[in-house]
Amino acid sequence: MGNEAIGRGIVEAGCTVATSYPGTPASEILPSVVAFAKETGAPVYAEWSVNEKVAFEVALANSMSGRRSAVSMKQVGLNVASDPFLRAAYLGVKGGLVVISADDPGPHSSQTEQDSRFFAMFAKVPVLDPVSPREAKAMVGRALELSERYEIPVMVRPTTRVCHARQNLACGPPQILDRPAHFVKDPRRWCATPLFVLELHRLLNDKIGQIAAAPEFAPQLTRGDGSFPGACIIAAGVAWAHTADWLAELGLLGRIDFYQVAMPYPLNRDFIKKINSQYKQALVLEETYPVIELQLGGARVQGRASGTVPQAGELTPDVILPVLEAFLELPPRPALQPPAGGDRPTLCAGCAHRAAFYAIRETFPGGIFPSDIGCYTLGLNLGAVDTCHCMGAGISQAAGFYRAYAAGAGNLPTIVATIGDSTFFHAGIPALLNAVFSQAHFILVILDNATTAMTGHQPTPQVGLTATGEAGHAVLISDLVRACGVGFLREADPYDLPAFMDLLKSADVFCRSPEGGVAVVIAKHPCLLDKEARKAQPAYSMCVTEDCTGCRHCLDDFECPALSPDEADGRVTIDGVRCVGCGVCVHVCPEGAIKASLTKG
Amino acid sequence: MIKTTDEDARPTRQQIIVSGLGGQGALTLTRLLAEAGAAAGLEIITSETHGMAQRGGTVISMIKAGPFQGPLIPAGEADTGLFLHPRNLAVHRFYLKPGGAVFVNTGAAGDYANVDGHALAKDHGLPPVAANLILLGYAAGRGGLFIGPDSLAEVIAAKTPERFREASLRAFNAGLAAAG
Repeated sequence: MGNEAIGRGIVEAGCTVATSYPGTPASEILPSVVAFAKETGAPVYAEWSVNEKVAFEVALANSMSGRRSAVSMKQVGLNVASDPFLRAAYLGVKGGLVVISADDPGPHSSQTEQDSRFFAMFAKVPVLDPVSPREAKAMVGRALELSERYEIPVMVRPTTRVCHARQNLACGPPQILDRPAHFVKDPRRWCATPLFVLELHRLLNDKIGQIAAAPEFAPQLTRGDGSFPGACIIAAGVAWAHTADWLAELGLLGRIDFYQVAMPYPLNRDFIKKINSQYKQALVLEETYPVIELQLGGARVQGRASGTVPQAGELTPDVILPVLEAFLELPPRPALQPPAGGDRPTLCAGCAHRAAFYAIRETFPGGIFPSDIGCYTLGLNLGAVDTCHCMGAGISQAAGFYRAYAAGAGNLPTIVATIGDSTFFHAGIPALLNAVFSQAHFILVILDNATTAMTGHQPTPQVGLTATGEAGHAVLISDLVRACGVGFLREADPYDLPAFMDLLKSADVFCRSPEGGVAVVIAKHPCLLDKEARKAQPAYSMCVTEDCTGCRHCLDDFECPALSPDEADGRVTIDGVRCVGCGVCVHVCPEGAIKASLTKG
Repeated sequence: MIKTTDEDARPTRQQIIVSGLGGQGALTLTRLLAEAGAAAGLEIITSETHGMAQRGGTVISMIKAGPFQGPLIPAGEADTGLFLHPRNLAVHRFYLKPGGAVFVNTGAAGDYANVDGHALAKDHGLPPVAANLILLGYAAGRGGLFIGPDSLAEVIAAKTPERFREASLRAFNAGLAAAG
């Protein structure tokens, strides 16, 4: 897998610190570092940091001590790490620092399809754009060499289709760089005050100028035979790979000049001159924003900015083909329209989040429900998630909704924010502290399933396991909530729906009392994708009796994937394969038609 | 579909889609096919679905054997489709080329080759998720894949954790037997 290739590249290049926060499509990079370090005996410290900003700063200081370092994240994680990232461009590094920011054109699993290469350009940091897992691995090493030579962080930007592609590649032994930590104090640089920042900016411009002039990352040309005089195609990342496949299929590989841009920023200076002097028209295929196209400039260049290439979305082979046909003046093939449809994702059968969301929506039918990012965003299917913005935003938005409604004369709706345990650690703590201090009134339900489920079950700080599976110093969510000054804190298992709904009501009473404020309920139940957790809980054999009226309440408002309507009579049936026997739906049926008998526990 | 047993007669260039619902084991099938292809010396590149869609949503993986650079298969270009759920035919069949081989995990017959993986799993005392390997065995038995049943069985044996190995091979062989 591309992410495994990147992890291998980090170990082989001699990094001694690798940090990350999980996020699709980057999540498998750090576990691969751990696995390959263990396999080869390479001395790499690997850390799931509490968020991307922290991850960046931990890796940065290792680099400032002269040692090679890697930090990986998904593209929106770079937003969180942008503060240290931009400053690190000015101050530079000592040991190589590679920043892996995995983009998600499409997007498939992200809140934006932003282009990290633009972020690199904004920060004045060189960025490499791999076409395949194989190239991604090689680029990690090349990025670290470049980083050390110019004392500048270097970004490697894979996309989903590189991260989640698999291919065979050759593995080498890890470089063991004997570099004891050696931090050289230099206040003008490491503490640069505005007086010195201007000089550091000039120095940064010089570095970028030299890198743009260096031939080693200049675009690679697959030369044409003159069949298309004055025209060329320029591509980067996986868009290059898909274009190469189409050119091969159309018999045009080697007929038209075809460039691969390995380093989209800074774009090689001679290349810019060459394109603008030797070609009458150039087509640029890149994901997701027009980074190369804008640097080339000029009316000869066509791409996303000019509108020749669709300005949003992934460049799949099906999107690229008509663009190529138009540019090369080929007869178009009939386009095959992908049909709409497919099953939307839903919370797993037995997921305790479903019980918590059901309880929230049933208890407060007129409520406002800001939420956050994780599996539990799927609570929107249950009508219990009204907003999903960015990590931690649900809590601050709850405070903002309170201000909006408290200012009016009308009734104050109950505001219930939900946030997952990992998201709470990531960005929820300052938001909660702010809400308590500023005297906002709302309920916060922390959905604690004892893992980072969405991205593949990375441990949270509360679990107390490090990235390498060793015991860490566990930090409890309840302690943090208390430390934020919260006056109402209860923990409960949402599986017991009636009790959980009563608890929500008492939380609402607290919120609405004059001395009240933020009430926090920690909904505790482990993720059932953890097989041990599933084994440890009681299981029930479920059945639906004659009393089912086919009212669809359980189907529409509870949406357990194990429940489906019988096609003949509309009554509900339970799929014994998907049902995990949690028994929660017993409390959901208004007719009492769902029965449970204990089979285990 | 002509049944082939001669490894030399198999295509060395093939594009396959694996379509299913999150949790059905589409990723496992994809990896087994990729490992078997690589072990046979073929150039393989694959693409997978990760993230939220894995929570029961529609997922698709792609396997390309041959001199390809990119991991995605264009519409109407796949040689073979393995469908773990018949509902996905409506969503992903457009990837198949005209005359492409379609294998579906279902008891309901249609304009495709089908095997009732869930029923066979039950008959063999296997969990429902074993339907993925039953479908793989069935497709391999019908000669629909670039790699033969023996090579696939070897990879299943080599790559499956010991406690699941016997059951996995039993599922694969059940599918193979169903292919006749």
